[in-house]
Amino acid sequence: MTTNPRDMRYSKEHEWVKMQPDGTALVGITAFAQDQLGDAVYVSLPKAGSSVKQFAKLGEVESVKAVSDIFSPLGGEILEVNAELAAHPELLNKEPYGKAWLIKLRPTSASELEKLLSAEQYEAFLSSGDARKGH
Amino acid sequence: MVQPAPQSLSRTPLYQAHVALGARMVPFAGWEMPVQYAGGILAETRAVRTGVGMFDVSHMGRLAITGDRAADFLQRVLTVDARSPKPGRSKYGFVLNEQGGIVDDIILNNIEGADTAFGLVKFLLVCNAGNRPAVVAWLRKSLPQFPGVTMKDETEASVMIALQGPGALPLVDKLSQKYADHGMYEIGGLPSSLRPFTLTDVREDVLQRNLYPKPPGGILSRTGYTGEDGVEVILPTVQGIRIWQVFQGLGVVPCGLGARDLLRLEAAFPLHGNDIDPTTTPLEAGLERFVPEGNTEFIGWDVLERQRGQGVTRKLVGFKLLERGVPRHGFPLLSESGSTIGHVTSGAFSPTLNVDIGMGYVQVGHAQMGSRLVVEIRDRNVPAEIVPLPFYSRKR
Repeated sequence: MTTNPRDMRYSKEHEWVKMQPDGTALVGITAFAQDQLGDAVYVSLPKAGSSVKQFAKLGEVESVKAVSDIFSPLGGEILEVNAELAAHPELLNKEPYGKAWLIKLRPTSASELEKLLSAEQYEAFLSSGDARKGH
Repeated sequence: MVQPAPQSLSRTPLYQAHVALGARMVPFAGWEMPVQYAGGILAETRAVRTGVGMFDVSHMGRLAITGDRAADFLQRVLTVDARSPKPGRSKYGFVLNEQGGIVDDIILNNIEGADTAFGLVKFLLVCNAGNRPAVVAWLRKSLPQFPGVTMKDETEASVMIALQGPGALPLVDKLSQKYADHGMYEIGGLPSSLRPFTLTDVREDVLQRNLYPKPPGGILSRTGYTGEDGVEVILPTVQGIRIWQVFQGLGVVPCGLGARDLLRLEAAFPLHGNDIDPTTTPLEAGLERFVPEGNTEFIGWDVLERQRGQGVTRKLVGFKLLERGVPRHGFPLLSESGSTIGHVTSGAFSPTLNVDIGMGYVQVGHAQMGSRLVVEIRDRNVPAEIVPLPFYSRKR
């Protein structure tokens, strides 16, 4: 299994959060999630300016096999949506922790981060077999 | 380590080969099958469109039917004109119920005189994996009316491999040239001289090397389910496993069910259980060209005849989306004014055409080419346009 970056926090729904120095947060899906999904062909995300609550539905990823909901690991105002994913959904498979970030948001409350897992905890969760299988 | 198969799932003889290739195995129609290998579904789809890919289709049902009145029997249970395909011909057709609904879509191979492990058999009927029990049960009901006709299920005694793509025939030709020993049918020397929907008997040594004693044979037909040129090979289990390895050694890309589904949808081949089923007739599905006029004896003929006269109330159409979104089986199809006119039966993003495509049944009044409709994709209404089928056809 790919190692997951240590400077990110993770949800049990297989999304990640990376806090930026300016207090905003980048959100994406994990390597495990993209592997389960298979080739991504279309990503549906809300528009910048809208708001989302923690663990509420953020959007959808369509893979060649199926559609999967994406849940926002943090609540907040969506500042930016990764426009590159519209033309290049395959980035989700190639660089889930890099170029394939989904949204940038301004978190509602920093305390929500505490409800997320560290990389170590997330990996323990994956190997416990409780992780959602087969999307 | 090889895990035992989950209960009630069967494995093909190529199961271990799939696992060794890094396949992701999933339950499908009662079988544990590869949905994709390490390269992913899009790469596999591309391999078939531009090179050559191979599919383990050993899960498909293979029924050997023989006896003096075998053709009469098949004339009754299939839409195919079973008295017309000469030895060496393959025909696509349907098993229908009394309501004209499609129990299964099949390929009937006339293998009379072929030198195969199946023995002196006249016909080899290939049906869908998931429908094999239903097809066997349905055919057995009519069997007593045709004394002397026997039906033997050969599915688990053989391997079936589909070799598909523009590189498929050249590859088989090369193997055959090297070990020139051909089947009994006069095919003019090489497999590429087989016309579409014809077959020859074939032995492993034709495809591979001169083995002694001669191994039991099978058949090679110029058929497939991808919209590309190619062949399907049926061989006894041991020989079939070896041929898979020979193909693999020649760089043929192994492809799973995911790529197979994309490829067949681009070519607008119906998938039983999705686009056709026991409640839909060949006429509603736009497959009338596969119901020959020469056979008026088959079960369900009267219903089709009535539909021919009166017309159908719904039709299977192909559409492309005008905005992004992926139509999936069961999604509602709406008219532009918002009333429900049908539903999606298959849909996907087509990597070859770079557009989202789908098929579905709509009321006939809404089935005109070029007309607009709306696909309800969860909470979104996405505009679409009815387009001619197939979505993709290979250059000839």
